Amino acid sequence: MRRLCTLLFLALFFIIPSPFNAADARADGTLLMATTTSTDNTGLLDYLIPEFTKDTGIAMKWTATGTGKALKLGKNCDVDVLMVHAPPAEKKYVAEGYGINRREVMYNDFVMIGPADDPAGIKGKSVTASLTSIRSNNLVFVSRGDNSGTNKKEKLLWKTAGLPVPDTESWYVQTGQGMLTTINIAAERGGYTMTDRGTYIKYEANHAGNPPLEILVAGDAILLNQYSVIAVNPERCTKVKTGLAAAFTHWMAAEKAQKLIGEFRLMGKQLFTPNAK
Amino acid sequence: MDFITGGFIKAFELLLWGDRETYSAVYATLLVSTGSMGASLILGIPFGFLLGYHPFKGKRHVRTLVDTLLALPTVFVGLMVYAFLSRQGPLGEMGLLFTLRGIAIGQTILALPIVISLTATAVEAMDRHLRITLISLGANRRQLLFSSLWEVRYGIVAAALTAYGRVMTEVGISMMVGGNIKWHTRTITTAIALETNKGLFATGIALGLVLIFIALFVNVSVSFLKRRY
Repeated sequence: MRRLCTLLFLALFFIIPSPFNAADARADGTLLMATTTSTDNTGLLDYLIPEFTKDTGIAMKWTATGTGKALKLGKNCDVDVLMVHAPPAEKKYVAEGYGINRREVMYNDFVMIGPADDPAGIKGKSVTASLTSIRSNNLVFVSRGDNSGTNKKEKLLWKTAGLPVPDTESWYVQTGQGMLTTINIAAERGGYTMTDRGTYIKYEANHAGNPPLEILVAGDAILLNQYSVIAVNPERCTKVKTGLAAAFTHWMAAEKAQKLIGEFRLMGKQLFTPNAK
Repeated sequence: MDFITGGFIKAFELLLWGDRETYSAVYATLLVSTGSMGASLILGIPFGFLLGYHPFKGKRHVRTLVDTLLALPTVFVGLMVYAFLSRQGPLGEMGLLFTLRGIAIGQTILALPIVISLTATAVEAMDRHLRITLISLGANRRQLLFSSLWEVRYGIVAAALTAYGRVMTEVGISMMVGGNIKWHTRTITTAIALETNKGLFATGIALGLVLIFIALFVNVSVSFLKRRY
């Protein structure tokens, strides 16, 4: 009996973990990034990161979540570098000493979409006029409601329009889910929502170019969606790979990556505009 | 809804054409579920057996506690394990966050109550006369233990299969602790969640079918073994 137990325990701790060792091999040269779903789901990282590894020899892994959770992972020292899109939250984050070396690298934009018959009559109007019209007509507006970068932006739009975030209104639907799911819910309810352009392009392609929801408001300066790279502060998190993070930031802001970002196409359309200074 | 049929066709394509991303996710899923099942069976069967076999003080309370843990939400387990494995957490030094091993730990916590509770139930349901018969036949303690274990083998297999089903299909722990990192910690279930978010429903359905194929294979193997023993 005792011998059997010993054998089982040996199996548990030595034989079984050996494939784990291979699979989990976390070479010290691997940079770990937390980023947002928009950069991953569009395929941008699959396109950029192999080039980064080729140029610098630095292997990179990333986990894609909402901006809120990505910042939290950085706060908890679980990742080395962040690529996120919520400038006010990022600036606060750096000011509080959680991050260093914030570099703006690219932007895309948000658009407001809704049913083609546009019951609120917002087509071509400003964001403020659109939100005011949706609100006064009690028309369905679908929100991410998940504190992601997109959700933070949406709340900012309500604030800029001088309106309270309609948290408890019955026409304000908070999904707590990803962007594409949220668009689908908006389509099912015949409502309006705000999305990043990349997800909309994918949505459009999924419906073979004939989507139930159309772009109604775009181009307003406030709809700009800025992405930045931030390194996790090594003074707070002694184990982070600051050198590698700095190399990544430098590479992203340099000419080659900037050119690659501008050339990236999703369903034949340019998605991100490089703007590193 | 043509993505439903598309999903079925795609499932065969992914498996037969040896799609690397799919096989990476299948490998991660198998490795993690094997690890967590091994650990939860080794820890759970003896404990479940004791819980069902030996009367002791406060046994009813332990039993209630274990049965309550059957309802552990996976996201909650994921969050708790994350809190412990985070570099800021008590076990942060071990570097287990965003690893398959980390996911296996979380899934062990998920599977353990199932193995314990169902093993205990099987042992309780065992014929009461078995013990007396064995003793009267001159069995020593060891033989008594092994004969009893052998007697409840189907119950233990049922416990293992139930736990395996829960472990294979959970997404909360894999997502939170593993981080869904491509080529590393992306399991079949987190891949389904990702493909669904990307709007690629057909790929999501295909991956779901792949998971069901694996479950079918496991269950067929087990039922084959059951017929022999």
